[in-house]
Amino acid sequence: MISLAGRDILHSWGKFIFTGIGLGLLIGVTLTMAGVYRGMVDDGKVLLDNSGADLWVVQQDTLGPYAESSGIPDTLWRSVRIMPGVADAVNVTYLTMQVRQAERDVRAMVVGVHAGGPGIPGWPPYLLAGRQITRGHYEAVADIATGFTLGDEITIRRHRYQVVGLTRRMVSSGGDPMVFIPLKDAQEAQFLKDNDAILRQRRSTAANPQFNRPAVPGLLEAVTASQTHNPSVNAVLVRLLPGVSAHDVAEPIRRWKHLTVYDRPQMEAILIGKLIATSSRQIGMFLVILALVSAAIVAFIIYTLTMDKIREIAVLKLIGTRNRTIAGMILQQAMVLGLIGFVVGKISATFAAPMFPKYVLLLPIDSMLGFLAVMVICVLASVVAIRMALNVDPAEAIGG
Amino acid sequence: MAKGIHIEGLSKRYGSGDTAFLALKDVNMRVEPGEVVGLIGPSGSGKSTLLKCLGAVIDPTAGRMTLGDDVIFDNGWKVRDLRALRRDKIGFVFQAPYLIPFLDVTDNVALLPMLAGMPDAQARARALELLTALDVQHRAKAMPSQLSGGEQQRVAIARGLVNRPPVILADEPTAPLDSVRAMAVIRILNEMAKRFETAVIVVTHDEKIIPTFQRIYHIRDGVTHEEAGEGRALSPP
Repeated sequence: MISLAGRDILHSWGKFIFTGIGLGLLIGVTLTMAGVYRGMVDDGKVLLDNSGADLWVVQQDTLGPYAESSGIPDTLWRSVRIMPGVADAVNVTYLTMQVRQAERDVRAMVVGVHAGGPGIPGWPPYLLAGRQITRGHYEAVADIATGFTLGDEITIRRHRYQVVGLTRRMVSSGGDPMVFIPLKDAQEAQFLKDNDAILRQRRSTAANPQFNRPAVPGLLEAVTASQTHNPSVNAVLVRLLPGVSAHDVAEPIRRWKHLTVYDRPQMEAILIGKLIATSSRQIGMFLVILALVSAAIVAFIIYTLTMDKIREIAVLKLIGTRNRTIAGMILQQAMVLGLIGFVVGKISATFAAPMFPKYVLLLPIDSMLGFLAVMVICVLASVVAIRMALNVDPAEAIGG
Repeated sequence: MAKGIHIEGLSKRYGSGDTAFLALKDVNMRVEPGEVVGLIGPSGSGKSTLLKCLGAVIDPTAGRMTLGDDVIFDNGWKVRDLRALRRDKIGFVFQAPYLIPFLDVTDNVALLPMLAGMPDAQARARALELLTALDVQHRAKAMPSQLSGGEQQRVAIARGLVNRPPVILADEPTAPLDSVRAMAVIRILNEMAKRFETAVIVVTHDEKIIPTFQRIYHIRDGVTHEEAGEGRALSPP
């Protein structure tokens, strides 16, 4: 038996191809939106993966260090390090800021890494080029998404750093590329006031009789010295010994150190469930709207294509074509249109994804779900046209 | 054995109550196999209603219709599947050819037997046989848009004949054609009617072809009466 749908498509292939391309671009946008969401989730996961930590010790009752600000003393890591089951515990700071390089500046997350070397939590686990930080000050390793190159001089607050290494996929949960610098420099960048502010504070302290007591020599100097130094970090990253339960280590830290401790699943829940929850809903809304628009467009196109064939359908019905043959023709055309649209959409999304400033992750499972959704939408969208075709009176083929 | 199409006391009423309108009133008609009869009448006389009743497209209100050996209507349809009846027992030729634009000439003709379940190769062979009889076999692979008006109408006639129906209903088949092509179509219908033992009813306004019918049914206000036609000889092609 002849495939009426196939013959019609071959006969008016231009109409189908161009309509399919238009629909495909819309499907491409939908797939890309899903990829943006997946990218956000993946950014959160790689942030946790790349930190190399099993536990995050942060200020009590905060969701730090990524979702809320957190400040804890930079000496705390020692007492955590000696707890049973802990393999490593290091300070870390995170600060999202504009990093200047020559005439431009880049939004980046500046990470202060504890002295040591590669392999300890917080350090970039691998490099694409250059070397890791070896000096205590003014060296940086940057994610290639910053656009920095080896040897570039970048400015963070009032100090200049030389880019000595490049890494990849080191991003914040917001997708900002990371710049790693020594911890002391990062602490200064995050907590140290500028010179004018320090001078103002010194004048204010000197004018305060509580701190400036002639009977207590050295008090004023001690107070002003403490104000120029802020011994805080955002979190302590903890790596556990193999086979040790995260809960068993976290519980004593919570109880005895009066700190909040998150393990990997809890941190993932914070990043995905809280930090990007609003963005997820936003993207979800976009996906729903795009799906509805796609359905409306497919329905309109199929309806129009069917309207163009009303006379032929009347003739087909008059000469004895079964309803299911006519319905099958329209359904197959809708599905072919959806198939063309999906292929175009998938190709366009694949090529467009790397051009986006933030990471767009196109997962095969999303493509499969997208394909199924497109087919379902096409089937539903063809219902209107099928109903119209089945209601065509074969008498319309006869004049009068 | 009864052949062709016989109609007795056929009537068709539209609407009901005060708005009821009797479009056909006690129509009697008899067309024998191999015969081509004309059905003529002014606009609104009931020609199309009669054609639709004969074509099992609308339901007559009362009467009796026999097609070949089968009573198909006797104050109600006696055939369960009217779609199959139209496909297998009635051939249609329209005012415009209404060929399916996305099928080539052969498949336009072969579609009907295929719909009836005939294997594709056999259906195409039968289509080609008819196209040859109608002298359009050289356009067998052409698309309808590539045919002239006359060629399209011949393909439409082939489609009407392909399932070897006992009756062909032709609705103004010569309307869009000039007199030479119109006469050619009528000659073909006559030849095919005789060759395939088919009863042909031609609804027409066309003054050029009316003298060619042996018998004519006039219809006015839903009432038919039969008269002898001139039966003018058709010139050979």
